[in-house]
Amino acid sequence: MSIGSFILRRLGSGAIAVLGASLLVFLFLHMVPGDPVDLLAGGDATPGQRKAIEECMGLDKPLATQFTDFLDHIADGSLGHQCPDPKNKPTVLGRVLYVMPNTVALTFAGMLVAFVLGIPLGILAAVRRGTWVDTAATTLSLAGLTMPLMLLAPVLLLVFFVHLGWAPGPTETGLAALVLPAFAIGVHLMAMLARMTRTSMVDVLGEDYIRTARAKGLSEGTVRYRHALRNSLLPVITVAGLQFGSLLSGALVVEQVFARPGLGTLLLDAINERNYPIVQGVVLVVAVIYMVVNMLVDLAYGLVDPRIRRA
Amino acid sequence: MNKLSPSGMIGLAMLAVFVIVGVLGPLIAPYDPSQIDLLHGFAPMGGEHWLGTDSNGADALSQLLWGAREALIFSLGVVSASALIGFTLGIVAGYFGGWIDELVMRIVDVLLAFPGLLLNIAIVAVVKRPGLGLVMAALIANGWVGYARVARGQVLALRERDFVLAARAVGASNRRIMRRHIAPNLLGPLLVQMSFSFGTVILVEATLSFLGLGPQIDYTWGAMLSQGRAFLGHAGFLHYALAPGFAIMWVVLAANLAGDGLRDRYDPQQRGR
Repeated sequence: MSIGSFILRRLGSGAIAVLGASLLVFLFLHMVPGDPVDLLAGGDATPGQRKAIEECMGLDKPLATQFTDFLDHIADGSLGHQCPDPKNKPTVLGRVLYVMPNTVALTFAGMLVAFVLGIPLGILAAVRRGTWVDTAATTLSLAGLTMPLMLLAPVLLLVFFVHLGWAPGPTETGLAALVLPAFAIGVHLMAMLARMTRTSMVDVLGEDYIRTARAKGLSEGTVRYRHALRNSLLPVITVAGLQFGSLLSGALVVEQVFARPGLGTLLLDAINERNYPIVQGVVLVVAVIYMVVNMLVDLAYGLVDPRIRRA
Repeated sequence: MNKLSPSGMIGLAMLAVFVIVGVLGPLIAPYDPSQIDLLHGFAPMGGEHWLGTDSNGADALSQLLWGAREALIFSLGVVSASALIGFTLGIVAGYFGGWIDELVMRIVDVLLAFPGLLLNIAIVAVVKRPGLGLVMAALIANGWVGYARVARGQVLALRERDFVLAARAVGASNRRIMRRHIAPNLLGPLLVQMSFSFGTVILVEATLSFLGLGPQIDYTWGAMLSQGRAFLGHAGFLHYALAPGFAIMWVVLAANLAGDGLRDRYDPQQRGR
């Protein structure tokens, strides 16, 4: 199969999946009628005002029409409008795009933390297998895997902001303010990568071609880092890409704890306000990002490992 | 049958402790966890209240113990329902193939199209004050997917094995083959998957509660964490967040150790991964 048809097929099945996902979310959110109008209109709204809001949101139309309207809004790129005053408010896509860079920066910084700390930790454990270094690294990654983010993030904030004063506090912006949240969000993936790198490297170090490399007199460093490491990292990189979704989930908690604007904060605020168009929009955008990232990971894997391309 | 590794045994023992605390917790709780005593809020650890009190003066240890009951009911319910649904669908899809298989796997694709937590939130967001049942349903809604994939993969290999062909040759019905000949062979992978998902379910539930989207009932560990975070600046209140945090870690660690141990036992090829 050529790369081109591979991409086309993945895009096709991905689009169907995203469409199915948005239908699912649409149905969930429309199972309880009336509720959103109450919140937008307030308690003392006249029946006329209520009716206007209902019409603006399209809640007076049949469910099927509402869904085709939703699809229309996907097609015209607005993802919907905000009532009661759609002309003077940004579209749903506008609001999503406004905060998205914050979340993207956070997840990428988290991934960087995970790679920079996790992979060396795994290599160290594999190379010093069975020693106290290995035990320490394995214990550390087990702790990282099991530590709930809801505990880790506040504790980091308490230690490095409240007590030590090394890190900027919540609500602050800039690169320095990104360090603590990025560490919090990256720890889980770091632990996972360390574990995988260790296993994968231990496996590869037992392969025949490693014995051959040693037998022909190559230095241990060359064997480890030129022959073993490169092959060990293949599965690790795949897993890292597939864990992108867990970083997005982590952003929900981290943005909340560090009071950072982002997709997570937008989603939670929208849920509290019963602002369904925003909830729908965020879910849809995240689903699309998720699908594209997963596709790129598969693609990259095929490019790096020729055995998969031929299969 | 080879034996369970020491760490796997530790994991199972830790899970057993969780189950015992969950069953007995509310019976041995020293106070009523909802008893408000505003004069004694933010009490430190020790003395009359071993783990101190919350902002309203309610006993933290009692809340933790009641939270264990809630966590146990929740995780048992979600894990067993997900396993039952997922394994049934996976076995049926793998055994019959054709359009049933196609249908089930397309649903799986849709559910995997976005991060699981987001789907859970989208379901919970439907109502203002979700009860235990709705939050459980939200987790089951995509919780079965992993089981279905595991079961289907195993069944695809099993259905061509001699003992299944022999059963068919002597005229056993499809239903009987699936129940008597295929399902028992899936017990190992089932246990492994259930063990791992115990940890996941506890974490997701705590995350939802922490975000204010969890079941609006008595006491959850996630809600305790949320309160602990809200009053983090309050000197000497850290233990109130640490206690439920460690409780969650306990269960997640137990589930992972037990899962690793069980996988090594049932699938020696995967050992050490």
